[in-house]
Amino acid sequence: MKARVFALLVTAVAVIALSAPASAAAAPHRTSLTAIEYEVMCPICGTLLALSDSPQAQREKVFIAGLIAAGKTKAQVKDALVSEYGDTVLALPKGSGFDLSAYLVPVIGFVIATIALAVGVTRWKRAARPPGSGPPGSSGPSPDDAERLNADLARYDL
Amino acid sequence: MSARAFASFLAVLAVVGLLTYGLVSKGSSGVSLGEPAPTAVLPRLQGAGSSSLAAYRGSWILVNFWASWCGPCRQEAPALESFQRAHRGRGFTVVGIDTRDLSGDGRDFVREFGLSYPQLRDGDGNAAHEFGTTGVPENFLVDPGGKLRLLLHGPVTDDYLKQYVAPLLPGARS
Repeated sequence: MKARVFALLVTAVAVIALSAPASAAAAPHRTSLTAIEYEVMCPICGTLLALSDSPQAQREKVFIAGLIAAGKTKAQVKDALVSEYGDTVLALPKGSGFDLSAYLVPVIGFVIATIALAVGVTRWKRAARPPGSGPPGSSGPSPDDAERLNADLARYDL
Repeated sequence: MSARAFASFLAVLAVVGLLTYGLVSKGSSGVSLGEPAPTAVLPRLQGAGSSSLAAYRGSWILVNFWASWCGPCRQEAPALESFQRAHRGRGFTVVGIDTRDLSGDGRDFVREFGLSYPQLRDGDGNAAHEFGTTGVPENFLVDPGGKLRLLLHGPVTDDYLKQYVAPLLPGARS
């Protein structure tokens, strides 16, 4: 049983690790407006920059494009935006300090839920099995049930 | 009460507490007529350093929230500059606050309209939020005691300044 729970845990961790964004491993040297505008906000509109065409959003896009043309990385562009608009310009929480909890809590929650599910399923299966019964497949209907079943089948036999 | 029921109660209490905190922290802001105006310390738009509206205590100030991308702000800028030139040094000044704007764009705006009054920067919009603004431009007249005397949600005009602001300033005929 413990081995099965352990296997489930290992599978869950592997799934999480494989589904992590591939961009984390990529070198952040070159970036684009498209890559950034889905990760920052239009502060006055309260929406993702990519979703806004307001005059302020247009100026923000021009600002970002200028920094990209100057060879700035995505992190440098974001830092520049934060110095202009403050932290609220970031659509994604930072990966440090208290904001790190925004990333950790869902993962921890998923792991806890997986463990709870595994334990729950195991207990449920154990409770559903009658005491003293053999492995699944070895138990058939009782003689009384078999007799009644045969009688019913004979009655409907054409 | 069993330990499990107590734990459930604590969990529910924590969730309710978080929701309440969220509602309270996002509560209403703004200032009403007669109330003290906010005095947040803000960086200067031009040059280094910072300043606060509290530094102008003892003078009448017309706090003007604006942004370079805002059309009505462009319309009112000449009226504000004209009023500033007519009344500066007589216990009055306009104080511009460039809010949720790029600092470079803001400086270009100031140059374009030749604005001579002090300019502060409110990049994250916190000062605008403290005043309870809902957009730009918005104007707040603060008396020498730091209390709000007039507010206008929208652009000022020459007529508005002459009719409502000028009579309150020192030296105005009553």
